[in-house]
Amino acid sequence: MVERASPLGNDFRPGSYGDFANGADVAISEVPKAAIVEARAWPGKENALAGLVSSTCKLKLSALPNSGAANREGVCAFNIGPGRFLVSGAREALAGDIAQAVDEETGTVTDLSHGRTVLAIEGAKVEWVLAKLFALDFSNNAFPIHAGRATAHHDVFVQIQRRGEKRFELYVFRSFARAFAKSLRRAAQDVGYTIK
Amino acid sequence: MLIDCPHCGARDLSEFSYQGDATRTRPDPASTDTKAWIDYVYNRPNPAGKHREYWQHAGGCRAHLVIERDTLNHEIRSVALARRDYNGGDAA
Repeated sequence: MVERASPLGNDFRPGSYGDFANGADVAISEVPKAAIVEARAWPGKENALAGLVSSTCKLKLSALPNSGAANREGVCAFNIGPGRFLVSGAREALAGDIAQAVDEETGTVTDLSHGRTVLAIEGAKVEWVLAKLFALDFSNNAFPIHAGRATAHHDVFVQIQRRGEKRFELYVFRSFARAFAKSLRRAAQDVGYTIK
Repeated sequence: MLIDCPHCGARDLSEFSYQGDATRTRPDPASTDTKAWIDYVYNRPNPAGKHREYWQHAGGCRAHLVIERDTLNHEIRSVALARRDYNGGDAA
């Protein structure tokens, strides 16, 4: 596959920004995902689809609202709506594997690899920064590791998965990614941030 | 105002979009009863009080919802997924 150019533009380059005199409290980076797929179940087939995605990707995925899972190879998936899962990974063949595993009686699979950009934000003040952009509870109790949320920042749809105690991955439409990254950087200005 | 989406949980109103009156019944497509079609397409009761409405969680899980809202004070009395297959909602 032709290597995709980053949509984040020339000013998204490594360095420290904002108020980092006392150290940067968050780090922002683009996560290279070779495959991003939405798997959608027909009504009543949610658990069957979760099972097929789980066995194909070696995950423990359930159909419960807002739930998610990840494995050691970096494949992760989370629930973004009733019977809908966003699955991603660094292996390009993942999209084809899932499409082959999900039969037409269970649901549909849409390859979004060229349509989404994934930004990671991590660090001590990550919840503080994200709370400026989204009306969501980012505390560990309300938003546990691997859980996902589908939400929006103004008109930009964002799907969020918690990937660690202080790390979130944000999936945005590729065409909005540059504008969204600017909003994210502006929100992190007061705590100081690095771009990795 | 918060709406308690059955899938996502409580979310801000700005994530939702109004989709119309959920009390209407579509006439038989073969019907030529003009009054029935005009009532279905144009006429709304606009009650002061309890009202059943379709909403969509457009800025979230994108599910269509049936919401019972009080038009006097915007109290949300119930929220359910509109699709019958999911939880007994009333849409096909």
